[in-house]
Amino acid sequence: MPRSAAIVGLAEWKPQRVWPERMFALDAMAALAAETLADAGFEKGEIDGIVTGQVPESPIFAPSAVAEHLGLATCFNEVVDLGGASPAGMIWRAAAAIEVGVCESVLVLCPAVPQPSDPDRDPRKLPNMIYYGGDAWGSAQAQFEIPAGLVAAAPSYAMAAQRYRAQYGLNEEILAKISVHQRENAQANPNAIFHGKRITVEDVLASRYVADPIKLLEIVMPCTGGAAVLVTSAERAKRSPHRPALVTGFGEYLTHKSISGMPDLLSSPIGPAAERAFRMAGATREAVDLASIYDSFTITVLLAIEGAGFCPKGQGQDFIRERDLRHGGDWPLNTHGGQLSFGQPGLAGGLSHFVEAVRQIQGRAGDRQLARCDLAFCNGSGGMLSEQIAVILEGA
Amino acid sequence: MQPHAENGRPLPLITEISRPFFDAAREQKLVMQRCPRDGFFFYPRARCPHCLQADWAWQEAQPTGAIHSFSVERMGQDPGQRGRVPFTIVLVDLDDGPRMIGNMEGEPDVRVGQRVEVTFELLDGAPLTCFRQIAD
Repeated sequence: MPRSAAIVGLAEWKPQRVWPERMFALDAMAALAAETLADAGFEKGEIDGIVTGQVPESPIFAPSAVAEHLGLATCFNEVVDLGGASPAGMIWRAAAAIEVGVCESVLVLCPAVPQPSDPDRDPRKLPNMIYYGGDAWGSAQAQFEIPAGLVAAAPSYAMAAQRYRAQYGLNEEILAKISVHQRENAQANPNAIFHGKRITVEDVLASRYVADPIKLLEIVMPCTGGAAVLVTSAERAKRSPHRPALVTGFGEYLTHKSISGMPDLLSSPIGPAAERAFRMAGATREAVDLASIYDSFTITVLLAIEGAGFCPKGQGQDFIRERDLRHGGDWPLNTHGGQLSFGQPGLAGGLSHFVEAVRQIQGRAGDRQLARCDLAFCNGSGGMLSEQIAVILEGA
Repeated sequence: MQPHAENGRPLPLITEISRPFFDAAREQKLVMQRCPRDGFFFYPRARCPHCLQADWAWQEAQPTGAIHSFSVERMGQDPGQRGRVPFTIVLVDLDDGPRMIGNMEGEPDVRVGQRVEVTFELLDGAPLTCFRQIAD
């Protein structure tokens, strides 16, 4: 019987448009680590692995900076660079490392708070964030895409949506339903940035086009915050105060960086990733109690539902039309509100899909608690429909 | 660092490997690297992305193709592009195989499958890939 791994603890900072206090990422990681350990009932000395995204205070040698800053001795040390899919990648890498026995307990840390201002920083040299590093010397983006205005993410996802429209037809009301139902879910999540702000399909349809057919209310809300989880072996997970969320299946797939390199705009790489994850878990699509699907845009969700095999290609709109995606509905989707309504605090946005799935499995989801949540399908989507990861979580 | 035109628009950051493409583009010619086994490939790189061999040659390609997809830019997410919104970003399947990014000015009445032809707009001497509609 191979070892298995489980998520046992979590920390989640309520997203805010502007974080009230500036903090170095390493200090934020220390704070998140302390909260996660307390939540899981673990001692710091038990932690022997760390997985993070890039660390601004240590652009190279990031894991050693984290270990030193948090006073840890670690045998598994990873920086994951998969865009929005990074947190999903962090979780399965931690689980795999635990399964093969190189470590026992891993902290996944995703702070997303502003650093203290650097007094010596030349503001003219600030990186142009909308280029996502594509302006690097030698990059194809710097030669062909940035000059054409293909920057940030919306135009690339709009291209997938336009292709979808040409191939299958696009019903903008159905895509709007994703935003509306997730916003309804956010009304039961006090941590959601849009808690207390309902919207209707008409509101979504009336919001301005950012990149046709993508409208403002179909796009994530960037904000600040932070989140973390603790992954440990199933044996150690048994003594956690909460029901362990076993990581029973995972898969990852990518083929391209830019949308211009995507072999088929309507075949999300989530397909092979999800197929592997379901097979590894020995689970069926019908067994999913919660779909926690990365929602950078509504079109991302539509392509993920089709790509992950919940319905045949081209039938995702019918699938969504026929289902109630709210926490009381027949196909609960992103019960925390998704990043569309919970907010996207950097990498903690991608981690929010896992934090919510763990909460639901543990029975800690408050007013939006599902009657039954034994199996959750979580995914991560990075870049331009490029980095795709599927993870199956199951209650022990 | 991304070079910019005097009017603020970003220009191609040309490398030694891609220079022949841009030199030909200044003369309104579309050249691409062609691998003897795998045919044309784009964007320029030192080795064919299929067989990873380096025995390709620059060759003139047909400037025609069909729109694979497109996006209308209304906001100008890049401040350097704000002066020309709206404009359309098109992804074109060239008849010779590769897929290419370029622009169409304004908000043309385009559709997926629309036939187009490549042209190069010169801005401060740098060629920018554009497409114009041709008859089906």
